[in-house]
Amino acid sequence: MKTRLLNVWSVLKLPLVAILVGFVVGAFCIMLAGSNPLTAYAALLKGSLASLPSFGETLYKVTPILLTGLAAAIGFRCGLFNIGGEGQYVVAAIATVGVAWSFQGLPHFILVPILLITGALVGGVWGGIAGILKAKRGINEVITTIMLNWTALYLSNYLVRTLLNPSRLLDKLPSGHTVAVPEAARLMKLKVIIPAFGYSSAHTGIFIAIGVAVLMWFILFKTTLGYEIRAVGFNPTASEYGGISSAKNTFLAMFISGGLAGLAGAIQIMGLVYMVNQSPELPGYGFTGLCVALVGLSHPLGCIPAALLFGILDNGSRQMQLAGIPKEINAIISAVILVFVAGALLLKYINVYFEKKRGAGKPRFKEVREV
Amino acid sequence: MKGRWKKDLPKVLEMKNITKVFPGVVANDKVNFDLEKGEIHVLLGENGAGKTTLMNILYGLYQATSGEIYFHGEKVDIKGPNDAINLGIGMVHQHFMLVENFTVTENIVLGSEPSKANGLYLDMETARNTVKEVSDNFGLKVDPNALIQDISVGLSQRVEILKTLHKGAEVLILDEPTAVLTPQEIDELGVILKNLTQEGKSIILITHKLKEVLSMSDRVTVIRRGKIVDTLKTKDTNIDQLAEMMVGRSVKLTSDKEDKTPGDVILFIENLVVKDTRKYDAVKSISFDVKAGEIFAVAGVDGNGQKELVEALTGLTKTVSGKVSLCGKDITGNKPKKVLEAGVGHIPEDRHKRGLILQNTLAENLILGYHYCPPFARKGVMNYAKINEHARTLISEYDVRTPNEYVTAGSLSGGNQQKAIIAREFYKDPVLLIASQPTRGLDVGAIEFVHNRLIEQRDNNKAVLLVSLELDEVMNLADRIAVIYQGEIMGIVEGKDATERQLGLMMAGASMEEAIEGGKADNENKIA
Repeated sequence: MKTRLLNVWSVLKLPLVAILVGFVVGAFCIMLAGSNPLTAYAALLKGSLASLPSFGETLYKVTPILLTGLAAAIGFRCGLFNIGGEGQYVVAAIATVGVAWSFQGLPHFILVPILLITGALVGGVWGGIAGILKAKRGINEVITTIMLNWTALYLSNYLVRTLLNPSRLLDKLPSGHTVAVPEAARLMKLKVIIPAFGYSSAHTGIFIAIGVAVLMWFILFKTTLGYEIRAVGFNPTASEYGGISSAKNTFLAMFISGGLAGLAGAIQIMGLVYMVNQSPELPGYGFTGLCVALVGLSHPLGCIPAALLFGILDNGSRQMQLAGIPKEINAIISAVILVFVAGALLLKYINVYFEKKRGAGKPRFKEVREV
Repeated sequence: MKGRWKKDLPKVLEMKNITKVFPGVVANDKVNFDLEKGEIHVLLGENGAGKTTLMNILYGLYQATSGEIYFHGEKVDIKGPNDAINLGIGMVHQHFMLVENFTVTENIVLGSEPSKANGLYLDMETARNTVKEVSDNFGLKVDPNALIQDISVGLSQRVEILKTLHKGAEVLILDEPTAVLTPQEIDELGVILKNLTQEGKSIILITHKLKEVLSMSDRVTVIRRGKIVDTLKTKDTNIDQLAEMMVGRSVKLTSDKEDKTPGDVILFIENLVVKDTRKYDAVKSISFDVKAGEIFAVAGVDGNGQKELVEALTGLTKTVSGKVSLCGKDITGNKPKKVLEAGVGHIPEDRHKRGLILQNTLAENLILGYHYCPPFARKGVMNYAKINEHARTLISEYDVRTPNEYVTAGSLSGGNQQKAIIAREFYKDPVLLIASQPTRGLDVGAIEFVHNRLIEQRDNNKAVLLVSLELDEVMNLADRIAVIYQGEIMGIVEGKDATERQLGLMMAGASMEEAIEGGKADNENKIA
């Protein structure tokens, strides 16, 4: 039992220390800006956790980044850097609007699953394109997913201006956004169930996201699919030897990863924004997802607190601004946390690499202890 | 220099009562070790016996829990490799620490590059001259302008040795220096080391290979499970005594097997052609068969198509033409999964690249290849209770030394990793077992174990295809031996009729007839 606790600690100390350092560095920056760090952090917590409504605001920020975080995590587990969460999110969002509009006659409890599946499928296909290119042609997924991000954005902008524009569908003046999804397509707000959530826009999407995190944990660690994905991620040649197709699992991992990012897009539309705006830039949830996955150590359950952390930093910044602290401080804190987690992970890989070079096959006592 | 008189002391180095405790493991237990000036002293022990730990303490990579180190009679405190280098201790690691796309010179001076114009430019001219000077002084010939990636492993090792000499090493530690060398290169290394001792250097050699101890060293210290067994003069000992001291029990260096009539043809290969990664024909129209109840060995020098042959048989590489069938069923060009399912077990030559997923747990590794089969998985959901139970069974049956089944495969020693692979492949009870260099990097005790298991498989009427670079192993185990040279089979001989000389000639490209004649024909072509 004691060793088990030690093990848990040895895994968790990395992100925890990074977070601590992040806040310490943040504190220095706040002092440089001439404010009191304690007031600042009190404001941060007050703005994000202190009351049910403010906590609700945090929750709705957590929802999409938890899903894109899971998307990035599953990619990492298969040795893939899916930087295309953005594009997968965007195509899924626009598809959700389109499908919701087309099936607006359907009742809520049928339309919602249809839309969730649509979002996941469309995002999955978008990720799957990069997956196939990687599996069949060995084209680096970083390049293809970045390219697909912009393809997705401009495709979405085109659809916003044309097919899904209120001018086409509703006989209104042209506008910079699509039509809104029908009432039946919208997720329930938490304040409807628990009135204490007050002004918050939190919606039931958070439960879907948490459910998906648990599901992904199960898939990664309890199924043959997860076993194979992880095997390919760690050692493609040994996987091949064990009869595991690296191409198939690369595709599947990219498909699932894209599907999760797509789900984030669908849920964001259904729970919060109800429409897609024409936009000159990518929404950013995919990138934040990469941070969530890194801090969550690519563990689906680790992504939950990691997403919460980034949600708190995001939501709490308003209250901090009211207390006179620039909101950039929060960006600094997230950046420092990331640098430390990523840096430590990098060091670990470098270490493992050199240990391998130094003495392959020699007992590595240190590791025995850590496991 | 710390006083001239100290030079007269015979002991360059003394390590007294060194104890190193890792959590849960005593890697070194009150170890005493000394080194005399101008000697080659072998530190002999099995994998995991603690020899590398001891040397890492000397080189400053680890700190001893207790104990003292004396250098030229003076107590020293070595906090890191820099301290060791400053004292004049150099280490050549088993895996070279060279920058592949740098020249020999650049690698040697790395870290102490001579510069011009106050450090603005590298002074490559001076660097080259220094390198030439050092290499001339010690008779270690290298081309200072060659890129590391273009030179052989043997030469790379020379560069590593030069690197330590350039830093002024007086004591050289070589960690398993022969693991990567061909027999000829091993001989050359022996000469180099002798020369170095004549130049006044003292050498510590870490190894688990008994033959080298006898041919290369002046003294030998045997370490077992972290404790020194004894220190002996090499000339007063013999191979069997050393083996027994190292393993802790008497080991048979050859294995017995009973005569056995082979059964049906299991593996049938006809005119197989395989290309290597550079698209050259690596296997050129090979044909042979392997029968039930026999060990069929493919002998040859490394890089003559063995790897491509095995990878083609197991579906890991495409075959260009030819036919492979297993128990009468055509399996040519099948995917690895289908080959495995057809009843092939495969002990791969590279256990880190192919055999194990080092970051996964031992238990997860012990089902690789049948991880999707019941009882380990049903309908895609894995049953970890069964998987862990399976792991525990194999661990005890095959004596895999590990704290438990949850540690990563990478944390095991090489011998135990190999045992794990063997356990996993034997569990399948394969009709054909392809064992590719199954004892590579293993120590005596583990080799004996692997050999016995291969013979057991044969005695159970299974077919075994053994691919090995070690002639001793081939002659010891095989019922029939095929010699492969540049992708072609030079001939197939009965194991009991084979002589080392004949096989050696065939390995160098002589046809079977020439090889039989070869006894008298030429002495220059001799292959050890």
